Order: sequence, then C-alpha cells, then structure tokens
Amino acid sequence: MTGALAVLGWVLPIIGHPFMRNAFLAGTGIAACCGAVGYFVVLRSQVFTGDALSHVAFTGALAALAAGADLRLGLFGATIVVAVGMGLLGRSGRADDVVIGSVFAWMLGLGVLFLSIYTSNSSGANGTAGVSVLFGSILGLSAGAARAAALIGVMILGGVLLIARPLLFASLDEAVAAARGVPVRALGIGFLALVGLAAAETTQAVGALLLLGLLAAPAAAAHRLTTHPFRGLALSTALAIGATWVGLAASYAFPSVPPSFAIIATAVVTFAGASALHGSARRGSLRGSRKAEPSAEVLEEIRG
Amino acid sequence: MTLFDYPFMINALRAGSIVAIVSGAMGWFMVLRRQTFAGHTLSLVGFPGAAGAILIGLSPAFGYFGFCLAAGVIIAMASPPVGSALYSEESAVIGSVQAFSLACGFLFVNLYHGNLNGLTNLLFGSFLGITNGQVLSLLAVALPALVALGLIARPLLFASVDPEVAAAAGVPVRLLAVVFLLLLGVAAAEASQITGSLLVFALLVLPPATAQVITGRPLLGIGLSVLLGLAVTWAGLVMAYYTPYPTGAFITTLSFAAYVAARGIGVLNVRARTDPAPMRETLT
Repeated sequence: MTGALAVLGWVLPIIGHPFMRNAFLAGTGIAACCGAVGYFVVLRSQVFTGDALSHVAFTGALAALAAGADLRLGLFGATIVVAVGMGLLGRSGRADDVVIGSVFAWMLGLGVLFLSIYTSNSSGANGTAGVSVLFGSILGLSAGAARAAALIGVMILGGVLLIARPLLFASLDEAVAAARGVPVRALGIGFLALVGLAAAETTQAVGALLLLGLLAAPAAAAHRLTTHPFRGLALSTALAIGATWVGLAASYAFPSVPPSFAIIATAVVTFAGASALHGSARRGSLRGSRKAEPSAEVLEEIRG
Repeated sequence: MTLFDYPFMINALRAGSIVAIVSGAMGWFMVLRRQTFAGHTLSLVGFPGAAGAILIGLSPAFGYFGFCLAAGVIIAMASPPVGSALYSEESAVIGSVQAFSLACGFLFVNLYHGNLNGLTNLLFGSFLGITNGQVLSLLAVALPALVALGLIARPLLFASVDPEVAAAAGVPVRLLAVVFLLLLGVAAAEASQITGSLLVFALLVLPPATAQVITGRPLLGIGLSVLLGLAVTWAGLVMAYYTPYPTGAFITTLSFAAYVAARGIGVLNVRARTDPAPMRETLT
C-alpha cells in the first residue's frame, strides 16, 4: 500500500506538467500504432522498408519546412507516396533491397539539400528544426499537436486491426491466401501505406533516425515471446506503449537524458531481455532459427 | 583563381577520391551479397562512435573505426549463413542495433553540450578543412583494406555467388563473411569522416548497384563501380564549390540519376541485366 502511494507520489508530479501530459497523450497513440504496424513489419521481413521510410520522413519534413509549409504535411505526404510507390514497384507489394537502398540514399541527399536551404533562409532560432526532425521533440508538442498525434495514432491502429486477419493470412501463407481469393497485392500495398503513416507519426515522437527502434524492437520482442499472432500483436502494442511511458518517466527523472534515447533504449533492452528468455528456453535453436511458425490450429483460426 | 588553387579543394578531391575508390570496391561485393541493410547500419554506427570519442576527448577517427569494426563483428555473428535471405528476426536485430546506436550518439551529443554544428557535421559530413594529415591517414587505412579485399576477392566472389557449392569445395564461407563485414566497416568508417554518417551509404550502394545493372562481369563491374564513384564525387565537389548547396545532395542525386539511367537502358536491353552466369564462367 505504501509502495503504491510512493509510486503515485512520484507519478502525479510528472503528469502535473502540461508538457508531460501532452507527451504521454501523444506518445501513447504513437506507440500503439507503431507497435501494431511493427508486428507485421517484422512478420513480413520488411524492417529494411521501415528503415527507408524513416529516412523519407526526414526528407519530407524538411522539404515542407524549406517550402514554408506545415512540417506534418511533408512528413505524411512523402512517406505515404514513397510507401505506395515501393509497393507498386515490387512484386506482390514487396520491393527489392537494392532498389530500396538506392532510392533512400538519394532521398537522404535531398533531405540534406532541404536542410541547407531551410537553415540558410531562416534565422538562428530555427536552426534546431533539423535536429528535432532527426531525433524527435516529444516534450515540445503543443496540446493541439498532441491531440492530433494521438487521434491519428488511434486511426492507424484501427486500420491495422481492420485488415489484421487477411493480412496475417497473406503474410504467413501467401500462395494459399491468394488461391482463396484474398487480395494479396492490394493488402501489401495498403499495409505499406499504413507503415508510411506510422513512420510519419512516429517521427514526431522519437525522430526520423530513431523510429526504426520503436517499430522493430517491441515487435521483435513479441515475436520471441509468443508465436500466437493475435496475442503477439497485442503484446507488441503493449510493449511499445510501455517503452514510451518508461522512457518519458526516465527522461523526466534524469533531465540530461533525451526522451527519444530513453524510449529507444527501453524498447531495445526489452527486446534483448526477450531474446535472452527465448534463448534459455530453446537453447541451440536460436542460430538459424526461422521466423516463428504458428501452429496449425492458429493457421486454421486465421483462415476462418 | 580556379578551384584547384585552393589547398582545401585539393585535399577534398584527394580524400573524396580515396573514399570513392574504397566504397566502390567494397560496395560492389555488398550489393552482390544483398547486404544493403547491414551496410546501411554499419555506416550509421560511426555516428555514436565519433560522438562518444569526442565526449571522452579522443579524435573522432578512433570512434569511427572502433564502432564500425565492432558493429561489423556483431552483425556477422547475428547473421544467418550467407546466401540465405535475412530472416525477419535477424533483420529486426540489425534494425534495433541501428536505432539504439543512433540513440546513443544523440545522448553523447547531448551530454557533451556540444554545438549543433558539430552534430550536423557528424551526420552530414564536411568536405571543407581536410588536412594533409587526414588525407594520409585515410590512405594508410585504405591501402591495406584494398589489398585485403584483393586477396580474398576470388573466394569471396565464389562464396557470394554460390555459397553452398563454395562451402562444399572447402571455401571457409563463414570466415569470409566476417572478414568482409570487417572490411565493409573499414570502408564505412573511412567514408564517414568525409561524407558524414548519413551519406556514406549513397557511395556504398549507388555506384555498385549501377555497375551491376550494366555488367555481370566481376572485374569490369568493380572497375566501373569505382569509376562511377570517382566521377560523382568529383562532380559533386565541383558543383558544391560553385553553388551554396551541400556536396552530399549533388553526389547522391548524380549517382541516383546514373542508376536510373542504367536501369532504363537495362529495361530496353534485358540481356544487359545482372546475370550470375558470366561470374560462374570466370570462376570455373
């Protein structure tokens, strides 16, 4: 009882600050969609695509800033266009690694160009814009921006849940799914659009360079802990939200630690812990372990 | 005054040439082995290395080499045998390592209370103010790395094109994979000091990918990749000299244009696409 009171006494002052309330509100919505989207990203081996989209997010945001528009306009516009483009170019909605790498190497170069245009056109006060796009600025969100971020996060989460069942089927057993009339290609492209949305959304919290950690680490931890798809999806979402909360609290307790570092560090440590658990449970099977294969009953359940 | 009258431009061209040659050669094997994600992560981990080195008062070069080499070993250990596609969980490991190391770099920069110019230089590089000593130290690392690549080139090519047959023929496939990732780490660390951590990847992936679209022959491809790298680096430096825009933007745009052009011609002439057959011919 006293322990619970002590925790409460420590937590209450945190949410007493408006900027911390905003950060928790936005962070929860962002982490929820990131965890859910990330689960499928890892399942479908599209982590590199997520990596590419995170760099596109950087370029999009800076292009909008250089043009004098709202940062979020460029952020969401660029990631969705590139995500759908990659889906259209690749076979069955998945793109080739070298093509992805070539495109985003160029995208980064463009981002640098926009950064230099933006910083040379604006006064010194805006010189930090590039840094906050790269590494996030969750503590600097206004109440309106936080509400919008939370709302968009919940909408992306809803989108993932809406297509979760056919997408699982298409990801685990593409040939059978296609034979049963599941629109595999359209699902792949639709899912990439959701990844693009999630990348743009997450950039606001932890920045373009670090969002891959929030996308991949909680999801990979969930894949290590359970092979059941729906449980894994829920676990991945919960772990991402947990990492965000712990990270925000840690950066409040230690002001010299930036929140984006604390969030990513928590997520990666969770993944390392899950790997250690998984490794001691199934020693020897880790090297060359294939992606977790769900049991036959689960596959039946998905096919419906 | 022409741009060759400025010592800083001469040094920039020298350093850029060394970096372009090393990246062109290492990158050709990286693209052949489909290790673009690993290469991208290797090129990014130089950032926390350099930031950490500055934080404890060392030269950033130590940090670049230390972190890039260490990451090469970690990725080699976590990766499945060469040739098989990365399983989803291993690519999640690489992604997590990448995000975590970048986060550490950001933490180090924050702890250092350094100015933000330092941060953008680490990320996006600076061709200006390269000293003679830096050029020499780049060269001192580049030469042994290229010699080492030359020594393992033949078995590495064999192991990359057909890992199972190579293993059966007694080629130490796994050891080669580790050595190659170390060499790739060296290339990434070299290039990071000039182009910054975020743009290394452009030199590592774009010229080699273009070369592999144009020809499937190994020696010709590596030569072409090096030449392309040199051409875009020089052109990028000269264009940046005459305009207020950063070098990285020109280098990436020029190399991407070359890649798109090669792909466009490749679509017209399907036979020109990468075909492992000539590689097998050269090996047997």
